[in-house]
Amino acid sequence: MITLSHYIVLGAVLFCIAVAGLFINRKNVIVLLMSIELMLLAVNTNFVAFSRFLGDVSGQVFVFFILTVAAAEAAIGLAILVLLFRNRSTINIADIDSMKG
Amino acid sequence: MNPQLFQLICFYVFGFVTVAAALSVITLKNSVHAVLALVLTFFSTACLWMLADAEFLALALIVVYVGAVMVLFLFVVMMLDIDQEKMREGFVKFLPIGLIVAIVMLVEMLGLIGVRAMHAQVMGADPAAAAGTSNTAWLGRALYTQYLLPFEIAALILTVGVVAAVALTLRQRGDARHESASQQVSVNPRDRVRIVKMAAERPAGESPASPQESKS
Repeated sequence: MITLSHYIVLGAVLFCIAVAGLFINRKNVIVLLMSIELMLLAVNTNFVAFSRFLGDVSGQVFVFFILTVAAAEAAIGLAILVLLFRNRSTINIADIDSMKG
Repeated sequence: MNPQLFQLICFYVFGFVTVAAALSVITLKNSVHAVLALVLTFFSTACLWMLADAEFLALALIVVYVGAVMVLFLFVVMMLDIDQEKMREGFVKFLPIGLIVAIVMLVEMLGLIGVRAMHAQVMGADPAAAAGTSNTAWLGRALYTQYLLPFEIAALILTVGVVAAVALTLRQRGDARHESASQQVSVNPRDRVRIVKMAAERPAGESPASPQESKS
């Protein structure tokens, strides 16, 4: 029998893996973007599970919108990445410090 | 076999594959391999969503993410010439703090969820089937009635994304020849063609009306 906690625990595990990925891969922007996608996936899994278990369609509608926004975000993020690589010839975060943030 | 037990076994198999693939996404040395592991993660998550009767979203995840976004990632990773070794410099240095943060977060979340407390929430009947429709019709009905305005805004966001991605990466070449539509439209015909009125001329030595072949 699949219970709600199965899905929620899986979402929590995926989210924590993504957070660990953000910490570990401090240099590679591509892996950082992929970690963000993993986080969105974990959140979407929670939405789907709650929508299923509560019998409410709103959760699945929200997953639909998150997928839309995440696709646009990935496209723009990768475009910025290509632009960055064209201008600086690197995607190492440590080298991108011209704004002294 | 009991179908519910079979579902549970499927959940564990897909969940294990998802977690293993997600772990390899953040630990693999080669970025191309990491993207491929992410594809596996999305695919097995789509299987998990299918287990929760969210068929439309599962297929949308495969079509949109595996089919489009991940291919875009792969394209960019292969196009950029990345020094793999240099990218790994901080890996060992940040590994302990990353692990500590992740494990603490996980323990906190699991404590918050209360694994034992929510065990009572067993998956009941499919709400879409209870409403007498398929999952896609169930979702579509909500999307086109109650959520119509957000749906249109989502379409607008996608359009903005396309325009922004093109505008960011478009490179104007100095040596390329192109036409300016505004100049073409605003041109005056008199600048291009000059019509000159003049009397008809005929070559010397030819008689005006009678061709010579008809006489001979």
